[in-house]
Amino acid sequence: MIKKITLFAALVLMSVPALAIDTGKAFEDPEMQARYERLIAETRCVTCQNQSIKDSNAFIAADLRREIRRLMVEGKTNDEIADFLVTRYGDFVLYRPRMTGKTLALWIAPFVLILFGGVALVRVVRRRMSMPLDDEDKAGGASV
Amino acid sequence: MNRYLLPLLAVVIMIPILVMGLRSDPSELPSQYIGKPAPQFDLPTLKDATKRVSNADLSGQVSLVNIWATWCGGCRAEHPFLMQLSREQKIPIYAINWRDNRPGALAWLRELGDPYVASGFDEDGRVGIDWGVYGAPETFLVDADGHVMFRYPGPLNRAVWEREFEPRIAELSK
Repeated sequence: MIKKITLFAALVLMSVPALAIDTGKAFEDPEMQARYERLIAETRCVTCQNQSIKDSNAFIAADLRREIRRLMVEGKTNDEIADFLVTRYGDFVLYRPRMTGKTLALWIAPFVLILFGGVALVRVVRRRMSMPLDDEDKAGGASV
Repeated sequence: MNRYLLPLLAVVIMIPILVMGLRSDPSELPSQYIGKPAPQFDLPTLKDATKRVSNADLSGQVSLVNIWATWCGGCRAEHPFLMQLSREQKIPIYAINWRDNRPGALAWLRELGDPYVASGFDEDGRVGIDWGVYGAPETFLVDADGHVMFRYPGPLNRAVWEREFEPRIAELSK
């Protein structure tokens, strides 16, 4: 039984590469390949939103992968490649949008919310701390 | 009373933001080219690979650039309306046949009619990417100076035409 399960698990694991979209390597150089994979993982597929172009089989994703590869071969920097994408599809296409006037709110909002939550938390805790510890002591006291 | 003021303020601020979120369609990507020159293109035409169609053909007139392909269901849906538009001769319709195969696309035009002044044949989809296309069909309204005035993603029909295109075209021809 255990043997069967092991065999099954091994077969399932072996099939995982078949699920990958790009099985072929884009670059021989491992450093370039790593950079390429990072770039395509951070680029949103514009037609199948909520997927990166690394994870998508849509052909616009394949086209964008090809374009990114071409730009890398041409020696473009990551910033220039991001420019290429943003010019055509807007900030939305980058999973890590750059800090500009338009995306400032995206970057600041989390910290504002944390600050807001933190202040609220401190206030609630302070108020609770100044309350009597035991329920019995509260008898006759103001209920909050 | 004071302790309700802050939450109330927060709600009052949040409601319009959330309503805006509900109303906007998150799958619709605004074109980056509105008010800007149309991206450069220079493609062989679908009918004759030795001829070219490019930005130069668009200049001097208000025109449509329609992105279509035979694999695209919405393109089939809008095709009869494009035929009507071309019969009415209101506006020249140019096309970019996007990521398609030539024989299939030519058969489509023979079968359903050809509403286009010219179709550029964008076999590998590079012009599509340059135009910021994210799905077919898409239709761009280009003014006489070659600026993109409007982009509509999805199939055209009479209602969309009257609502989205006619007022803009009227504005341009003033």
